[in-house]
Amino acid sequence: MLEGKDLACVRGERTLFSHLNFTLNEGELLLVQGANGSGKTSLLRMLCGLLTPEFGEILWRGEEIGAARETYHAEMAYFGHAPAVKEDLSASENLDFSCRLAGIPVDSDEVKGALGHLGLGHCLNLPTKSLSQGQRRRVALARLMLVKAKLWILDEPLTALDQAALQLVQTLIGEHLRQGGMALMTTHQPVMITGIVPKTLPLTP
Amino acid sequence: MSTLQIVFVLLRRELMLAMRRRGDVLTVLFFFVIVASLFPLGVGPDPKLLRLMGGGVVWVAALLAAMLSLGRMFASDYADGTLEQLVLTPTPPVVWITGKILAHWLVSGVPLILVAPVLGVQFGLSNEALVVLVFSLLLGTPVLSLIGAIGAALTLGLRGGGVLVSLLVLPLYIPVLIFGAGAVDGAMSGLGSEAHLSLLGSILILAFMLTPWAVSAALRISIE
Repeated sequence: MLEGKDLACVRGERTLFSHLNFTLNEGELLLVQGANGSGKTSLLRMLCGLLTPEFGEILWRGEEIGAARETYHAEMAYFGHAPAVKEDLSASENLDFSCRLAGIPVDSDEVKGALGHLGLGHCLNLPTKSLSQGQRRRVALARLMLVKAKLWILDEPLTALDQAALQLVQTLIGEHLRQGGMALMTTHQPVMITGIVPKTLPLTP
Repeated sequence: MSTLQIVFVLLRRELMLAMRRRGDVLTVLFFFVIVASLFPLGVGPDPKLLRLMGGGVVWVAALLAAMLSLGRMFASDYADGTLEQLVLTPTPPVVWITGKILAHWLVSGVPLILVAPVLGVQFGLSNEALVVLVFSLLLGTPVLSLIGAIGAALTLGLRGGGVLVSLLVLPLYIPVLIFGAGAVDGAMSGLGSEAHLSLLGSILILAFMLTPWAVSAALRISIE
């Protein structure tokens, strides 16, 4: 469904990776592996459409993602390094606005439910600047639960999370895959999701 | 959701953020008042001279104040990742960019328009000239936000972006300044200000139609 064909990424003078091919089908998890600076984040930003590949093409349901921008973005959710959380808004306001801006109207019960599921039930209405780094990332993860995208592109979703949250996020990814979703992620931590054997994609120059 | 609803949601969010960070809005407003008040101290208290230059001084102060507020337009969204998420929504970028520019004008342009008559009185402008001053700002300040958005988008994430944005944007503000201050001048000298105001209006329509596209292209470059 998501296909990368002969992708290459050049940053400055350096070729980070080239001749990269992969396919990702429903129910599959793809782990992008590589050392720091090997171009994992660049690849993920490319797959989102934030970065134009130097070479090669990215296809979603057989169509170039640039040409199918609107349908692709409606079915894709990206979780980046920055949590996209406004410090002056509370967790529930943040979630409400980010879902509505993505074109998905949510009611306050859904928002409360998602935040409660991620263990933020007690700080729904606090401004997020008083939350910790890990808690902010949990707010961003709650967004993934609500927007119900088919494809999740996750850049280091497991950093800054405690043991309980690590388990929770992996369970979430597992559920998403079992419902026919797809996920593509980078991580330096071991991933263990019951019933899922992840595919791997090593990045080499 | 329709595109109009998206703009509305974005406006609500931006206004809520501005309410929570009132200091930012007030800083720009005080800057405007102080710059305009420095001129009489510098050139002396001759009423005839002040009346002659009042319109121009208020307009220059509005230009500088608008520029001071440009840094905020995309910078915080860029830093916390919200901008990336906006780019990745199915909504065409031009739609939410228009919303952001509109919000910027409501938060930093409208307060200037409300305070300007007080500054005009301080310079001894006639009643008719005060009305024209408000009208010219009403037509001109949205253009400042629109053109400024291009500069803000181009300098996103650059070191020393604040200085660069003034170099980029101030020359482009010149037509607005000429016709804005010219309108007030026309009203003071009795020559009439309709011509200047209609030109400002046409600049506004042109800027409204074209700048969101330019901002969209500039943001794509900055985000990459």
